[in-house]
Amino acid sequence: MTYTGRELIAARCAKFFKDGDFVNLGIGVPLMCTNYLPEGVDLWLEAEIGIVGSGPTPHYTEWDVDIADAGGLPTSLIKGGSIVPHDRSFGFIRGGHIDACVLGTLQVDQEGNIANWMIPGKFAPGMGGAMDLCAGVPRVIVATDHCEKNGASKILKKCTLPLTGAKCVTDIVTERCYFQVTDKGLVLKEIADGYSLDDIRACTEAAFTVADDVGVMG
Amino acid sequence: MKQKVFSLEEVLDKIKDGQRIMFSDRHGELAADEIIDGMIKKGVKDITAVAITSGQPGMGLGRLVEENRVRRIETSHIGLNPTAINQMFAGKLDVEFIPQGTFAERIRAGGFGLGGVLTPTGIGTMVQEGKQILFLNGREYLLEKPIRADVALLRASKADKAGNLYFRQTNHLCQDYMAMAADLVIAEVEELVEIGELNQELIHVSAPVVDMLYVRKGEKRPMHPNWQRMIDKIKAREAAEA
Repeated sequence: MTYTGRELIAARCAKFFKDGDFVNLGIGVPLMCTNYLPEGVDLWLEAEIGIVGSGPTPHYTEWDVDIADAGGLPTSLIKGGSIVPHDRSFGFIRGGHIDACVLGTLQVDQEGNIANWMIPGKFAPGMGGAMDLCAGVPRVIVATDHCEKNGASKILKKCTLPLTGAKCVTDIVTERCYFQVTDKGLVLKEIADGYSLDDIRACTEAAFTVADDVGVMG
Repeated sequence: MKQKVFSLEEVLDKIKDGQRIMFSDRHGELAADEIIDGMIKKGVKDITAVAITSGQPGMGLGRLVEENRVRRIETSHIGLNPTAINQMFAGKLDVEFIPQGTFAERIRAGGFGLGGVLTPTGIGTMVQEGKQILFLNGREYLLEKPIRADVALLRASKADKAGNLYFRQTNHLCQDYMAMAADLVIAEVEELVEIGELNQELIHVSAPVVDMLYVRKGEKRPMHPNWQRMIDKIKAREAAEA
């Protein structure tokens, strides 16, 4: 199956996970990853509210007013799931017990810095748990549109907005390509069907090198 | 055994203008709603709220924000409350944004007798501004100071008359550490039982730290208004499809 756009981003991110991984997925495209998990890969999804093993949203007749997700919406637990207090939920995050997280973003840069929580004077909902994820999770995957609506690159040499985390991003997946973040900067690993290397260069402000074995993303 | 069950008036008598008040809520679905009703009617104002989020319009702490009773809020998120966002940008509401894990640990420190916590969260961001940074074991940590409050307002699924509290499912949340970090701990209780009726292995907050119990007069645990709106929409869609 060939995916495009946000489906492609979610499907590519889903390939990072191994069976049994304990992960935190943000609302939107990150949570869509669960629709594209490879056969035989089951995850423990964390909700910061204190759920280990979040399940799907049940039919409304099954909603329990006392079971909510991190956004305060109805949810369920998978078989084997557990409920923990809020501070322990962040202990999982900061303590390195979560294997990977997927975050959306406003900006990301070639040093692995991410800015997704504030546009001074315009947008300031608060960082919620995003800074804790950046500080404690070993694999921080950014899932984002490659560009703003006006065409400006979201993958920059240096973030200009207030940071959510410094030098923490490990992977950047867009609808156009996949970059790995290394000590030496970004490495272009995969390009989506329909784009050329020149296309990627044209829409990316950040500097990057091209992997010897650069492949097709999917 | 010390009497801990009080009337709404007796509870409200302890809640005063200008206090620091912790709310053990999420986005408004886990609030001490009847006590908040009473605070609004009584006219309590100028409070500093400590809460994971600022609630939503018409729900929880969001109602006190709408009524302009909150002067300052220490929180991790106000994104579901447009009123709070507007008040912040208009300079009417002072907001300290705290990373959510740090929020938990600062309150825990406040209740557990610690002088602060060292956390890597916020290093390299504006959260570190004005804070001491320590370099330990090859990593930088921020020194974050404890948070305490005058009052903690909790919402318990069950309580016994001694003051032991039990929280169903995800209602556990921040209630246990907040109960440790306030001078006066008040729980709005859905179901009150006799001493000895709670399973002692499932008591989340122990009686000695709880000061006042208020038993809800209304429905124990009504459907959240925002969930009810979702249900109405789903039903309408299902009806249209049928």
